[in-house]
Amino acid sequence: MHMTEILVLVDHVDGAVRKPAFELLAIAKRLGSPSAVFIGTADQVGAATESLTKFGADKVYVVDDAAVKGYLVAPKAEVLAQLAQKAGAGAVLITSSAEGKEVAGRLAIKLQSGVITDAVDVQAGPVTTQSVFAGNYTVQAKVTKGTPIITVKPNAAAPEETAGAGAREDFVPTISDSARKARIVASQPRVASGRPELTEAAIVVSGGRGTGGNFEPVEKFADSLGAAVGASRAAVDSGWVPHAYQVGQTGKTVSPQLYVAAGISGAIQHRAGMQTSKTIVAVNKDEEAPLFELVDLGIVGDLHAVLPAATEAIVARKG
Amino acid sequence: MKIVVCVKHVTDATADQKFEADNTVDRVNVDGLLSELDEYAVEQSLQLKEKNEDAEVVALCVGPEKAADAVRKALQMGADSGVHVSDEAIAGSDAIATAKVLAAAVNKIGGADVVVTGMASTDGAMSVVPAMLAELLDLPQVTFASVVESQGAEFRIKRDGDVATEIIGATAPLVLSVTDQSGEARYPSFKGIMAAKKKPVENWSLSDLGVDASEVGLGAAWTAVVETTARPARTAGEIVTDEGGSGAQALVNFLAGKKFI
Repeated sequence: MHMTEILVLVDHVDGAVRKPAFELLAIAKRLGSPSAVFIGTADQVGAATESLTKFGADKVYVVDDAAVKGYLVAPKAEVLAQLAQKAGAGAVLITSSAEGKEVAGRLAIKLQSGVITDAVDVQAGPVTTQSVFAGNYTVQAKVTKGTPIITVKPNAAAPEETAGAGAREDFVPTISDSARKARIVASQPRVASGRPELTEAAIVVSGGRGTGGNFEPVEKFADSLGAAVGASRAAVDSGWVPHAYQVGQTGKTVSPQLYVAAGISGAIQHRAGMQTSKTIVAVNKDEEAPLFELVDLGIVGDLHAVLPAATEAIVARKG
Repeated sequence: MKIVVCVKHVTDATADQKFEADNTVDRVNVDGLLSELDEYAVEQSLQLKEKNEDAEVVALCVGPEKAADAVRKALQMGADSGVHVSDEAIAGSDAIATAKVLAAAVNKIGGADVVVTGMASTDGAMSVVPAMLAELLDLPQVTFASVVESQGAEFRIKRDGDVATEIIGATAPLVLSVTDQSGEARYPSFKGIMAAKKKPVENWSLSDLGVDASEVGLGAAWTAVVETTARPARTAGEIVTDEGGSGAQALVNFLAGKKFI
């Protein structure tokens, strides 16, 4: 039986496929036959196709990025629109990053199709699950017109190492002039911290006002767990850490297996960015901190004492 | 230079937000205000006006009657005029229908050199309307700007992505969205509050825009909510007060029990 193709826009850095793309392939498999859309350079295709196939891609559309690179969002939406029409795609899945959502928005207009963003789960239908109002409500929704376009948050599914057919098909898109009006003039990769990327990490340790500007206990504790480091807006606004660390409404939304908040009281804007975390731990001197209402474990105490002692014990356990 | 800044009246995130029986957001019984993230858009619009001669700022809002508050706030901050599109048929509109109404209003205003928006609304938070507006108006988008620089019609913005920081360049007309890093929004002055009372506000319905009511609203939405569920209150976790190292011990035991270490 011919299964409907489910397009997955592959998020990658210089050819290295990012984990959320593998998660999308696992979701695509629930809906039909996963077709990865890889936009990159010729020298990146081999390794990328191999890894995408390993994680379930039945087909890999390869698009030379020469016509796409250097412009913001719009050309990618054109590539997906043309591929979706050509393949008669059953759905288009995109990672829920700022750029991913914008590609989805433009694509929705082009395909005259409904779009759902920030899904934390997608099941056959497709029926999506979203978490709204700072996590206080769960919404199940579906697209009722056109080709469902769904952006999915990282960690919504576990990557599945079940090889797909991996048929490579080169695709040459037609990119309009008007899609090439917003130019990427310069791009500076984020300095590698050696830690996992915040939105993808299985464990996130965040520091807030309670650090008093000293993030060392937070960072060392994070490193003992192999975690990403995040921060509250108060810590970012104080200039203690870069904005890229910010978890919350105007920063990153994370949904890790474990979220540890140190010295963060838990304003609603912060909770909006982490409330879907599977397990939540807070360390705070103030026993009235609102975040304690959400936790699986709360430690009322000074993070400057608790975290270093815990770090030492974890390192000792690992021997 | 004509600057149209889109402002949204949102439900207060600190209020008890809830859904109606038809699974639309209760926007009537919950207190609302100008989306905080749109204040940054108004601020950047005013800064653009200040550096360009003959520039004017129009605050554009789509929303129910009480959304007029959002327009008023923008006028108090310094926008020159307001447009409030209100129509019963709009209630329950999805992002696409909202973008269609905004685009039609921008066209009726006579087009814009720069359409400015916030990075997201503080209620729906999809962040897709600016991209949709750009697509509908066939304009380039320079979005998620943490820094905005311009010289006449030439724009350069800084955009902080997940893996890289980019500088994006484009020539107006364009759609610009700005983040909360773009610069502190000004407070309305007493003079501004008084002056706002005399500023013109146009009230338009869908028929004024030539948008058919069947294209908007809950019935025309291209997505449907199947179900909304209030999240069960998290069962109260264990709270340990740290005394002589007991906190760290409890933390390590917990992490080990959950197999995180």
